[in-house]
Amino acid sequence: MEEILNVQFPEEEEIKEQTPLSGEDGDGEAPLDKNVKLMSPTRMILRRFFRSKLSIAGIVMLAALIIFSWLGPVVYQRWGETETDRAGATDFIEHVITDDDGNRLYTQYLVTDKGINALAAPSSDHLLGTDESGLDVFTRLMYGGRLSLTLSFMAVFLTSIIGIVMGGIAGFYGGWVDNVIMRLTDMLICLPTLPLMLILGTVLTANEVPGQYYIYILMILLSLFSWTGMARLVRGQILYLREQEYMVAAEAMGYSAARRIFKHLIPNIMPQIIVTMTMSLGSMILYESTLSYLGLGVQVPFASWGTMIEVISRRNDVLQSHPLVWVPSGICILIAVLAFNFIGDGLRDALDPKQRR
Amino acid sequence: MLKYILKRLGLAVIIIFGVSVILYVLVRCMPTNYVDYLIASLNQGGATHNEEFTQELYKAYGLDGNIFQGYFEWLGNVFRGNFGKSFITQHPVVEDIFTPDRIGTSFIIAIVSTIFEFLIAIPLGITAATHQYSIRDYVVTVLVLLGISLPSFFFGQMLKDIFANKLGWFPVQGMETASVSYTGFSRFMDRLWHMILPVVTVTILSIGGRMRMTRTEMLEVINSDYIRTARAKGLKESTVIYKHAFRNTLIPLVTSLAGLIPSLFGGAMITEQVFGLTGIGQYALQAMQQGDIPVIMFYNMFLAILSVLGVLVADLLYAVVDPRVKLV
Repeated sequence: MEEILNVQFPEEEEIKEQTPLSGEDGDGEAPLDKNVKLMSPTRMILRRFFRSKLSIAGIVMLAALIIFSWLGPVVYQRWGETETDRAGATDFIEHVITDDDGNRLYTQYLVTDKGINALAAPSSDHLLGTDESGLDVFTRLMYGGRLSLTLSFMAVFLTSIIGIVMGGIAGFYGGWVDNVIMRLTDMLICLPTLPLMLILGTVLTANEVPGQYYIYILMILLSLFSWTGMARLVRGQILYLREQEYMVAAEAMGYSAARRIFKHLIPNIMPQIIVTMTMSLGSMILYESTLSYLGLGVQVPFASWGTMIEVISRRNDVLQSHPLVWVPSGICILIAVLAFNFIGDGLRDALDPKQRR
Repeated sequence: MLKYILKRLGLAVIIIFGVSVILYVLVRCMPTNYVDYLIASLNQGGATHNEEFTQELYKAYGLDGNIFQGYFEWLGNVFRGNFGKSFITQHPVVEDIFTPDRIGTSFIIAIVSTIFEFLIAIPLGITAATHQYSIRDYVVTVLVLLGISLPSFFFGQMLKDIFANKLGWFPVQGMETASVSYTGFSRFMDRLWHMILPVVTVTILSIGGRMRMTRTEMLEVINSDYIRTARAKGLKESTVIYKHAFRNTLIPLVTSLAGLIPSLFGGAMITEQVFGLTGIGQYALQAMQQGDIPVIMFYNMFLAILSVLGVLVADLLYAVVDPRVKLV
């Protein structure tokens, strides 16, 4: 009995090595794989992905933004993220001090520093001018990009992990576990995202969360509420895959539940997961910027793309006559979201097994 | 069918109950002294809230007791139809929201832009699908993806800046021209004129999703066997596309209409804020920014109920539109 239990099944790769390809059986003939160009699934997907011009455009746009945000501040060190330009124009008032007889004693110059160089026009000093508090717009675009991109990656990562675990458990175990998790997702789906975030924002404000952690905590909280889409996707796929022969085989071989989930099920759902993640990266950037626009996000003097646009909701003059303060960050958001949408679209087409092209 | 609906309605009650628990817990995460602070700051702003009002509010929301007591007290009030009074306006929330100015404005904007969304997105989706991988497909895809990728506040402010501030074709904000008092038809036209930019904003932002959906569904249908048969019969291409393919594409489009129920009544928060419209979205946004608990609870419960209903109606519509679907 023990011997039987100890029989080791060969791993998949070993099987491949041992069984010769049918083409190599014949002695004189060239093996089949020499004639036919075999492509691994990964290469096929990559080829299909790069065939679409839109996905290439997406990759280029995203790469440009990442280089701009991370390498930019290293190269362009003229201004810091929170460094106010205090070299505003100076004014002076002339006072001629005279004695009682009217003789001029000396002239007093009262030099007043106008302080910050706010809303300056673009120049060699400030490539895109300065904003209302004298901060360099160009530099803040780069730092804002760092923050916006990092936050969205972080939030999507967290959302996906929670979603995969919850969906995985629900789909794999079924029964009452599935029921409980699915009712929970039903409830969370009913909570509208933006209002929910506004409530969370108010709660954070009321609990006096310090400004620099604020947006991070808010995005973590957002992830705790927005994993439902991912969970539903994973659950649906697992319900379908669970019935496949190879899963029955895996169960018959006595693999543990964890191994069956993470080694056999998840890799097969990975394509859909990746597409969903890419698409939600864009929407996370939009959420982050909307929150910052509503004043619930990154707090001045720290920069994010949304925070840089926020000023126009307060000051009509900036909206009308200083477009360089807010339009560039809007365009950056647009480019980032568009890039993620292009890449997601391309990936979806490339990973679709129904497509043969 | 009836059994199915009853079962789903039972589930919906459970879901709504759960949502209310989550919302209440969230709202209770605000420290209680925050309510005091809030009322104090409102008092400074000129409003007068007497001690009685504060106590009434505490009681209505059970903020003085522990969280369980508080929740059931709130629930009891809700069943008696008492959703409380807004901190800001001091009117009952229900009266505040269900007026033609609030929910009416939001509904008109939503319904008009939904109609335009379907009218524009569906033909675009069909041409993109029938000309897959052509220049036309690329151009349409890029344009609608641009629409999806625009942040609503940025796009709204840009439209406002260009068409209202710079060109002066449309009013900058508000519901009607304040300086002139129109009546009858001209008042209606004036209101309409104020709605154009918001409707354009909402429409352009939402075309993308609908167009992608149409395109995907259309592609799936076009590649199916019965379309090949229809072509083999020698039917005209337009008959194949519009009579055989498009009708089947309609199935998911019609059912997705039900999913729009919450957005029809919920208001477009950001757009309404940008254009200074007094819709339900702007009201809720203001309430949430200032911690107006009664409004927060009511608005979110309202949306939750609408979205539960939306999902249910969508599933039922599916069975109505597609005879292959059986409800169990």
